[in-house]
Amino acid sequence: MKKILFLSLALSLAVFGAEALSGEVQKQPLNISAIIMFLVFVAGTLGITYWAAKRTKTAKDFYTAGGGITGFQNGLAIAGDYMSAASFLGISALVYGAGFDGLIYSIGFLVGWPLILFLVSERLRNLGKYTFADVVAYRLQQIPIRTLAAAGSITTVIIYLIAQMVGAGKLIQLLFGLPYSWAVIIVGTLMVLYVTFGGMLATTWVQIIKAVLLLAGASFIALAVLMQFNFSFESLFASAVSVHPKHDAIMSPGGLVPDAFSAISLGLGLMLGTAGLPHILMRFFTVADAKEARKSVFVATGFIGYFYILTFIIGFGAIVMVLNNPHYLDVAKQAAEGGAPILGGNNMAAIHLSHAVGGNFFLGFISAVAFATILAVVSGLTLAGASAISHDLYANVFKRGKIDEANEMKISKIATIALGIIAIFLGIVFEKQNIAFMVGLAFAIAASANFPVLFLAMFWKKLTTRGAVIGGALGLVTAIVLVILSPIVWVDVFKNAEAIFPSKYPALISVTVAFVAIWFFSITDKSETAAKEIEAYDAQNIRSQTGIGAEGASSH
Amino acid sequence: MKKDTVDQILSNPKYQELVSKRSKFAWTLSIVILVVYYAFVLVIAFEPALLGAKIGDGVISVGIPVGMGIIVLSFILTGIYVKRANGEFEVLTQDIKNSLK
Repeated sequence: MKKILFLSLALSLAVFGAEALSGEVQKQPLNISAIIMFLVFVAGTLGITYWAAKRTKTAKDFYTAGGGITGFQNGLAIAGDYMSAASFLGISALVYGAGFDGLIYSIGFLVGWPLILFLVSERLRNLGKYTFADVVAYRLQQIPIRTLAAAGSITTVIIYLIAQMVGAGKLIQLLFGLPYSWAVIIVGTLMVLYVTFGGMLATTWVQIIKAVLLLAGASFIALAVLMQFNFSFESLFASAVSVHPKHDAIMSPGGLVPDAFSAISLGLGLMLGTAGLPHILMRFFTVADAKEARKSVFVATGFIGYFYILTFIIGFGAIVMVLNNPHYLDVAKQAAEGGAPILGGNNMAAIHLSHAVGGNFFLGFISAVAFATILAVVSGLTLAGASAISHDLYANVFKRGKIDEANEMKISKIATIALGIIAIFLGIVFEKQNIAFMVGLAFAIAASANFPVLFLAMFWKKLTTRGAVIGGALGLVTAIVLVILSPIVWVDVFKNAEAIFPSKYPALISVTVAFVAIWFFSITDKSETAAKEIEAYDAQNIRSQTGIGAEGASSH
Repeated sequence: MKKDTVDQILSNPKYQELVSKRSKFAWTLSIVILVVYYAFVLVIAFEPALLGAKIGDGVISVGIPVGMGIIVLSFILTGIYVKRANGEFEVLTQDIKNSLK
């Protein structure tokens, strides 16, 4: 039973830190130093937004920062987009609770990046302009393809946004002692300001600054931990094993991955999901060419990998310095449930550790960084959602491409504000809901609806519009239905006794469904348009291989 | 792109060289990372004790350097790819572009 409970928390807890972020949390007393440091961050980023606003004149500036971001900057921004507050708190919490198992998730999240580099990034950069739908629609029919791609993007973005908003609300209650609804409104308002006025340029710099702050803060904690042990991993691990209630079990794989199906399916979902997230894909259009696009993945992989190594050290540091420390003990909870629960739940392990190694001032810094982290992630998401609405749906579907830039930009700003309002509204509506499944669902949809279509559009000559639309739609529906029928929704949310689909990880099935359906409905498509689409592959492939005819950087 | 430009590039030996070298290279590296990662995942699913085994007399288990190794390997593989792609493959690409002028 305990194992099942642990498993049902694993995905959410490990990856997205949803236990503390989605369960009941207790509002803490006002944390003044954290609030001041956060205000400094907000003032700085709003200054950048003002600077960026003056440089954001065309649609290209708005969507891609004019294509003038360098590979190194983009790599940092990708890392900033990808390392969420929940992964910082959640993975260190998982290491704190279960040791080695935390590493399994980190690795799943990292190995998607080399694949993106080898197979996706340069082709994407060579073919696309603003959104990944540009790439899919390159030789296929604009209207059905862009509608499908926009549906996949917007669903992914909104689900991911809800998870981030609810997480932000909970986290801010815990860290700052501010009411939930304030936090949601602050996050929603700031992200709308960054994106509407500063577009991709401001979003990029918010992500870069956040990445630097998070990496610096996490490095400091890890370094402080290692110093306690004279930089000997052996003595760090030895003390952790001696104080942790699971003792030696924290050094080996526990029950995180229950069976081979779930293991493979989880791995597939994490890997392909990363390569199908619209806000991540969009980042590749901000650099000048394929060369810079490749560099950015190299830089991003380095920083993300380094960050996961830090969270591993931080988790073990917390076992030694936070667990059994009376200062962080939740006395009321201990009286009720026994054990040694820490204040605010396991997701607070890294936060308490920051206090243990750096006092109140550093605790304030890390809390402010955690809030900043959420802002950077939601801004990227909102920009990706707004581009899918304005560039794909409005300009190319509704207006059939007959629209001037000024109007398209106006629509994207309206879309940003609308997404902000929706995010605040849903954030408040979902406050008391169990949202543990949400980010998993977003990854499943990205892997099953967005990735197969994008991948085959670039690699498979015989792909036709019919195959892409039917296969992509089936992937989307299968992922959503299987998540609803799985234990995390069917049992945890709807309170049924047993799940209809036994695994929490649908990717293996939904991705297969998408690929098979795309293949089948493409090869049986004997229409005239299909023949033309197949014929257009050679020209597309030349551009995707060489970048001849690709979008360049604008000159300013 | 015009039909004759397409044919011209398709029949350019440099283009054929670029496409075949790069796809071989990209797929080889992809397979390396996939095999390493899935081997790791399957060991966790079927033989977790392998990763839990101790190294020497200390508390550190085999799984720790293996896990860290996969993270480092991911980074190294991206470095290897970028080095060759931004060097050798970019030169070929530039040659193909020049041949059109």
